[in-house]
Amino acid sequence: MVTVLTETSATESTIPPGESHPKDELWLSTSDTAAITGWSMKPEGFCKGDICVPVPLDKADSFVQGDAINVSAFWDLMGKPAVRNANAYVWLLGEGADLRNDTMLSLEAPNFTLPDLNGNNHSLTDFRGKRVLLVTWASW
Amino acid sequence: MFETVKNDDFMILSVAMDADLEAARPWIEAAAPDYITLIDQNHLLSSLYNMVNVPQAVWIDETGMIVRPVETGGSLDVVKEYDPEIGGYIPETAARVASAKSTYIQAGKDWAVNGSASPFLFDYDEARKHVPTMSNEMALAHAKFQLGQYLRRIGSADEADALFAECRQLHPDSWNIFRETTERSASGLAVGEAFWGKVKSLGDKQYYATIDMEGIPR
Repeated sequence: MVTVLTETSATESTIPPGESHPKDELWLSTSDTAAITGWSMKPEGFCKGDICVPVPLDKADSFVQGDAINVSAFWDLMGKPAVRNANAYVWLLGEGADLRNDTMLSLEAPNFTLPDLNGNNHSLTDFRGKRVLLVTWASW
Repeated sequence: MFETVKNDDFMILSVAMDADLEAARPWIEAAAPDYITLIDQNHLLSSLYNMVNVPQAVWIDETGMIVRPVETGGSLDVVKEYDPEIGGYIPETAARVASAKSTYIQAGKDWAVNGSASPFLFDYDEARKHVPTMSNEMALAHAKFQLGQYLRRIGSADEADALFAECRQLHPDSWNIFRETTERSASGLAVGEAFWGKVKSLGDKQYYATIDMEGIPR
């Protein structure tokens, strides 16, 4: 099993690693890809919501093979970081600088959900209607 | 710090950037704050809001719009003036630090009470100008940091440390990454030789950008 992390989740994929693909590529089934990332294959390409990335026609085989999707290749194509540990059993699909900068420049505060000491989750959007002074600190 | 403001339209949301929840717990329990304190073990906020140190603050209005992007709050860029002989700052510096903090708290209280009528808010264009830009290297550092934190939690400490070393190279301006991933003193503070060495290597460069607010020197 490969564990695939996103900013907010850790999911075990159903495709065993390293059997038919090099370990610097993360291949997931279409259903795992959709469940983990929210992206899916459509006639227009690799899509999430209104955004679609066309499959490069000259090397379509290195992006899609039957029911399997080379998610890390799409991540590279989109300028998002896809990083893995040494044996490629843990992957993290991160967010790219372009989207971060666009979001920040929209001035819409990015939402997040984090736990308190008791393990209860709170989201920034829970507090809509209030002015929020978001302030960080650390024990170190 | 905003004890005197009791206002249903305003709240403080405090977030501990601590990979180790148990390191944050005694601080929170001792302070027993009447505001919500969350724990951000993966430093997600560093990635979302482009934060580089603690404390940093963001002002978010009632509609979820940022009216003051991420900034250092009332902290001055005085780390290089820290005097280990006296374990603090000379009185003149300490007075400047106290004055900046007081100015920032007064501004925050004004916003808490007066909302959009507060003169301390940026308008749309000004706010956008104060948004720090994230580079591809910084985004990659945040991804590797989160992967490293996961590996550390499942017991792969060596692999995690190797990733953290890469993160420090990729995002050298992030004190959050540096201090979270380098050595700690017995009291849990990441202000050892490595920290002071890095501060010294800044030369004329700022420790981190100071807030742009009237009454606070940059």
